[in-house]
Amino acid sequence: METYNVVIIGGGPAGLAAAVSAYDAGEHSILVLERDTQLGGILNQCIHNGFGLHTFQEELTGPEYAQRFIDRLIERKIEYRLNTMVLDITREKVVTACSRADGVTRIQAKAIVLAMGCRERSRGSLNIPGFRPAGVFSAGTAQRLVNMEGYLPGRRVVILGSGDIGLIMARRMTLEGAKVLVCAEIMPYSGGLKRNIVQCLDDFGIPLKLSHTVVDIEGKDRVTGVTIARVDSHMKPIPGTEEHYDCDTLLLSVGLLPENELSRGMGVELSPVHKGPVVNESLMTNIPGVFAAGNVLHVHDLVDYVSEEAETAGRQAAAYAAGSLTDETGREIPIETGGGPRYTVPETLDPARIGDQLTIRFRVGSVMKDRRVNVYLDGDRVLSRPRRVMAPGEMEEVLLTRKMLDGHPDLKSIAIKVEEG
Amino acid sequence: MRIYDAVIIGAGITGCAVARYLSRYQGNFLVLEREEDVCCGTSKANSAIIHAGHDAKHGSLMAKYNVEGSEMYPDLAEELDFPFRQNGSLVLAFSKEDLPRLKALYENGVKNGVKGLEIIDAKRTRELELNASDQAVCALYAPTGGIVCPFEATIALAENACANGVEFRFNTEVTGFRKLEAGWEVLTAAGKAIETKAVVNAAGVYADIFHNLVSEKKIHITPRRGDYCLLDKTTGDFVSHTIFQLPGKEGKGVLVTPTVHGNTLVGPTAIDIEDKEGTNTTAAGLDQLLQKAGAAVKNIPIREVITSFAGLRAHEDGHEFIIGEPDDAPRFFDCAGIESPGLTSAPAIGLDVADRIARTLDLPEDPSFVGKRKGFLNPNKLSIKERNDLIKKEPSYGLVICRCETITEGQIIDAIRRPIGAKSLDGVKRRVRAGMGRCQGGFCSPKVMEILSRELGVPMEEITKSGGKSQVIVGRAKDRI
Amino acid sequence: METRNLTCIRCPLGCQIEVKMEGKEVVSVTGNTCRRGDIYARKEVTNPTRIVTSSVRVSGSRTGAVMVSCKTAADIPKARVMDVVKDIKDLVIPCPVAIGDVLKQDVAGTGVDLVATRNVE
Repeated sequence: METYNVVIIGGGPAGLAAAVSAYDAGEHSILVLERDTQLGGILNQCIHNGFGLHTFQEELTGPEYAQRFIDRLIERKIEYRLNTMVLDITREKVVTACSRADGVTRIQAKAIVLAMGCRERSRGSLNIPGFRPAGVFSAGTAQRLVNMEGYLPGRRVVILGSGDIGLIMARRMTLEGAKVLVCAEIMPYSGGLKRNIVQCLDDFGIPLKLSHTVVDIEGKDRVTGVTIARVDSHMKPIPGTEEHYDCDTLLLSVGLLPENELSRGMGVELSPVHKGPVVNESLMTNIPGVFAAGNVLHVHDLVDYVSEEAETAGRQAAAYAAGSLTDETGREIPIETGGGPRYTVPETLDPARIGDQLTIRFRVGSVMKDRRVNVYLDGDRVLSRPRRVMAPGEMEEVLLTRKMLDGHPDLKSIAIKVEEG
Repeated sequence: MRIYDAVIIGAGITGCAVARYLSRYQGNFLVLEREEDVCCGTSKANSAIIHAGHDAKHGSLMAKYNVEGSEMYPDLAEELDFPFRQNGSLVLAFSKEDLPRLKALYENGVKNGVKGLEIIDAKRTRELELNASDQAVCALYAPTGGIVCPFEATIALAENACANGVEFRFNTEVTGFRKLEAGWEVLTAAGKAIETKAVVNAAGVYADIFHNLVSEKKIHITPRRGDYCLLDKTTGDFVSHTIFQLPGKEGKGVLVTPTVHGNTLVGPTAIDIEDKEGTNTTAAGLDQLLQKAGAAVKNIPIREVITSFAGLRAHEDGHEFIIGEPDDAPRFFDCAGIESPGLTSAPAIGLDVADRIARTLDLPEDPSFVGKRKGFLNPNKLSIKERNDLIKKEPSYGLVICRCETITEGQIIDAIRRPIGAKSLDGVKRRVRAGMGRCQGGFCSPKVMEILSRELGVPMEEITKSGGKSQVIVGRAKDRI
Repeated sequence: METRNLTCIRCPLGCQIEVKMEGKEVVSVTGNTCRRGDIYARKEVTNPTRIVTSSVRVSGSRTGAVMVSCKTAADIPKARVMDVVKDIKDLVIPCPVAIGDVLKQDVAGTGVDLVATRNVE
């Protein structure tokens, strides 16, 4: 059996950043396994710009952002295998992978970074009634067909869901010659960035209908029409509000889910809220030596944060492989959320293992205006940050510093709350 | 012009079963199918279960074929290499008042010849099924109840029929018949009439139309829609038996069952409609379904639904199978009104109808008939060594295309290249499950389309989801800018 | 006097901004909560610009790629977006292509080049 100290599952933005940071932490026995034909993951099909403002202080397209990390990987001569699908990982960290070139291989790792990314929710998971014709695509599938393969998935398009991929695809389809009729969003707010609403919908006169959903899909072979209706406060369609659109395509941008088949298979504990692994301050899962970062951990809004998070995971994986990060946990203090945040990543922390600072990321469950994000250590407010507006579509973060922790040597509880005032 | 011994209308499970058993005889046999593939109607959207046989009224054809069919499945599944498992079934009773009906069901089953039936108490019910409703006071346990992959069962029958010389013609719609002295002329939308000594009417929800064209003894089939929800494989152990509620007048009600592939299936509703093509789910239907399923099984993980679909049962007014020649239409063999337990009964009906045709036409047995068929190779079931040998020989078995179900390029190529091969995304999906998983083809469909395009030698723009006008892409980017 | 209504894109707040104009002159900007909104609104009503991203065909790719992604190297006037797309419709770029390679100079006469955003071998 082959052995590597750190095996990284996935060569997208998270996997690349984790590999580079593990290397820079001194670990040189690293293997990245990527199922696709190239490194870079989903960024390869995200050809629009707007990536990297935090990391590089410039606006890059997805492929450009990916290439910067690919270059770093190649400079460091980090090993990677393409077209290689991981079939299974055991608790003992034996990775079984499969490819045309190598067949089925087994690799023993000392530490593993899970970086498989996420997938789109499908029509099926929404229980949208109607026929099941051709012409219903998830936005990402359409994005791949248009951007990577040069095909047009449809000419008259209705979009359900105003997440960023849906908005971006409204513009892409329009610029490729399709007519986008409407973008319906079941929530009373859009999950997408304001910039995308303006530049992808408003620029082309595409109406955004909030609190609307698709109630029927027509067409036995190919989509011939879609009916949308307004929904009430329980998200149930209101009879009499139906509007019919003649169209040949329905694009769905209705949410992303961490892709945790492998994690689940190996017994990693998953969060019922963010659907990714439950991790501690080192981004380590309940299985010692198994770390997670990026969209497989929780769905991010900006790739910059994916890279940042994955750098931490890579560094910690290297430390674990080197024996400087042990599994013997001193303490696992859960981070309480008190309503505002739906979840936090990490979920728990051990103050002894935190260096200068710890970034805690979270999302809120509804749009909130004029609030403060307050952090309490044993009931003492150690941080209070005003926020003009918070939305479920945007990730929030707070920085816990060494200094704050040092003020509470016998720390028993941590709470992050979103409060008025 | 070739004169056929038998023309079978419809390549669903019944038509394919008749074809397979006919192929044991010498003769020219032809299957005509309106769609682009086998298994495109009722056979593709049903509960995928093999009924033990306690429901159908004793003395009915339904009862006879059900029990016979149910007994044929274990051997047939082995011979034709398709997924089947006897997981056992439970019919739950929720109150003391239900007891007489449950007993009656038991007695009916015993009379039908169902083996191993037992009425079990609440405690035993819960031992067998942790998630059975707390309201269940007792249950009828049928250990011979089973689950099957209806796609592969149909495909297996068709492939085996084909291997034994039966011809299949797809995209061919039958429009009428002309009676001949000893047989029929079958008219098709394509134009050319086909001469045959016998016709088999296995046209599902359309069987009444064909029957009524040749017989004065009219029948009437109502498409009875059943909505279903399929749950993610993460729910695979949610139930282990097929769980029914006591049957009512609209059929056997909503069931919750594991599938042979490890999903959980919930359904069906029973909604009578007019449109023989009305396979659209409705919000009301899906709501009703989930509400009813909740009565039998608690805590259904409904958030794990990966797809919902609807199928049509061919419900004849008399609620009975119509098998064989009408008095006024000799050599026109009906297989009509094939609703539940149709999937279970199909092999028995196929065997019986084939034998009847052979007797009528005096067909000799075919000594070269080979009853065995090799199923689709699934690398996931091989040892690592076997798998590596396979990949060395055929590297395409090393490239995973469908992530959710771990389906390799080799399997997809196999599905396409077989004699009755896949020609569309759904055709591939039904054969080897690429696109059947939780992402529902989101990741793999562009790749499967490329493989189809390459293997079939047709441009990407012509690749369809399910034949006809179901093209997936409509053109090239910027082609009309 | 003309009134233009905009949604500010500078932060998630998404202020609804009203701009009053006299011909091409901005008379007033209201509804914004910060200075960034004011700057955004003035630019958007007087000289709106966009980066165009798209993808064009390639030939002779060693890896079997059929498209290369691209962008305008700088902002172009918003009104010219569709002209850019029209101008690159039939472009076929021989491989290899590297990030930053000019795929078309002065695309649609905007004075801006179209550049590759991906390496294709």
